[in-house]
Amino acid sequence: MPSYLVSIGLEVHTQINTRSKMFCACRAHYGEPPNSLTCPVCLGLPGALPVLNRGAIEKTILTGLMLGCEIPPLSKWDRKNYFYPDMPKNYQLSQFDLPLCEGGGVPLYDLAYPKDAQKDIAQPGKVVRLTRIHLEEDVAKSTHHQNDTTIDFNRAGTPLMEIVSEPELESPEETAAYLNSLRQILNYGGVSDADMEKGQLRCDVNVSVRPEGQDELGVKIELKNMNSVSAVRRALHYEIDRQITALEHGETLIQSTRRWDDDLGETQLMRTKEFAHDYRYLPDPDLLPVRTGALLEKVRPLVPELPHQKIARYESDFGITHYDASVIASDLDLSAYFEQAANTLLEREDLHLKSPAKRVANLIINDLLAALNESEKPITKCPLSAAALAELVTLIDGGKISGKQGKEVFAEMFASGRGAAEIVKEKGMEQVSDTGALETFITQAIDANPDVVQQVKDGNEKSINFLTGQVMKLSKGQANPQLVGQMLRDRLSN
Amino acid sequence: MPTENFDVRYVAALVRLELTDEEASTYQQQLDKILDHMRRIDAIDVSGIEPTAHANPVFDVMREDEPGKSFSPETALRNAPKQRNDQFVVTKVVE
Ligand SMILES: [Zn+2]
Repeated sequence: MPSYLVSIGLEVHTQINTRSKMFCACRAHYGEPPNSLTCPVCLGLPGALPVLNRGAIEKTILTGLMLGCEIPPLSKWDRKNYFYPDMPKNYQLSQFDLPLCEGGGVPLYDLAYPKDAQKDIAQPGKVVRLTRIHLEEDVAKSTHHQNDTTIDFNRAGTPLMEIVSEPELESPEETAAYLNSLRQILNYGGVSDADMEKGQLRCDVNVSVRPEGQDELGVKIELKNMNSVSAVRRALHYEIDRQITALEHGETLIQSTRRWDDDLGETQLMRTKEFAHDYRYLPDPDLLPVRTGALLEKVRPLVPELPHQKIARYESDFGITHYDASVIASDLDLSAYFEQAANTLLEREDLHLKSPAKRVANLIINDLLAALNESEKPITKCPLSAAALAELVTLIDGGKISGKQGKEVFAEMFASGRGAAEIVKEKGMEQVSDTGALETFITQAIDANPDVVQQVKDGNEKSINFLTGQVMKLSKGQANPQLVGQMLRDRLSN
Repeated sequence: MPTENFDVRYVAALVRLELTDEEASTYQQQLDKILDHMRRIDAIDVSGIEPTAHANPVFDVMREDEPGKSFSPETALRNAPKQRNDQFVVTKVVE
């Protein structure tokens, strides 16, 4: 039985968060009363003339720059003819032969893979090449009822960016990573929230399989109607199995479009190539071509630090691990929170903290994310400010409380929104750093363990830990272990 | 009858027009003539001539991303043959 190679390409449609629509000045906004954001242009009334939205073009060019695309000097608009009630002028304004961006690529970040697939990444650091990015208009929203369909034009004419990849993705897991990485980059650029589950990002997926050793791609099947990244992954697993099984049974696959049914967990035939759309593109005479030079110069300084650059900076400037940096950088709001807390501490040179940024990262990754997840809160609604978290770190790093106690205090802070110092005081957690009190415990420990004391004197450094443990016990866990260790060493070195 | 230029029935189906046999024949002949003329234009040697993206040599007509006024739902729906709950009602078409 031969093994099979999989080739997947994506056409991603993502909304751009402009204030107004692409070709008219209606507000681009969701959740408004039906048909309250319309005008002759976006209703497709005869004779209405479209005008380009500069902001949408700039954000598309910004996306192109973030993804390393070429920005051709001239770009133009075309009509894509199709007949459907969600587009009553009978063509969609789009771009055919002169798109705003060409080439480029989407890097697949390790943490963008599905959790269960992160341990086994076939090609770490893979970059999936793009064919092009172009700008077009979204269509109206149809709602299908028992006997008819109702249409709301609020969404009609809002800017939509189409990002087309080469068929270089080789598994459902890489495809999920592609969508998550792309979303992260769009978030970084402030271009789009790109949340698939909110319909801000939609995608058509082309998938083909071929026996190993065959150069040309297999028969391309297009999948539609996936509403989440996990649905894309499920649909691809199903479809790849289906295609391989068909080939194994000697069947011939036909180029076609299939719809994913997430409830049934299967793809169903929508149409074959014979009935494929014939869009008959033609240049739009109402819209004038755009020279990108000046726009490019305006947008270039707006290119943000990208996720992989942020990760590298966190590793070098804050000394945190690649993994921790990647987790934090995967969310812009979380990154801001981390940087605020870490920088607050790094500025406090007077506190002589040892590794404040690392402790902040640890608290975020081990405690904060879990707590947010459990309470279903985004980081922007975190009951604990970055400054409050920084305060907790000063108490731990300065040895006032142990790391274990820190976790307890954190939980209390998260639940109540109260400050760390207040909680530590109330719980009587403050470690005993009063040397007078500690001397008594140390004398007791030394007197009770003459053998161990001898071992320490003979140079067995590890025995110090045993004695420290005894002092901790005597203090009921409230002694500062580092201070105890130091005092023991001082006492026994004479 | 379709010619080597095009098939009027196929194009009519694309633009959702139902043609009688007589109409199909008339339009096939008329559009054939137009397309024959296009062939003559096609035959002109344009090598070395820069392609134009638009008939007018005008570029960069854009507006700022500032929202303006829209219709009220009542105005938007005024010509709708059928409406319900401030939405246009159309024949059910599910792709
Ligand atoms: Zn409008």
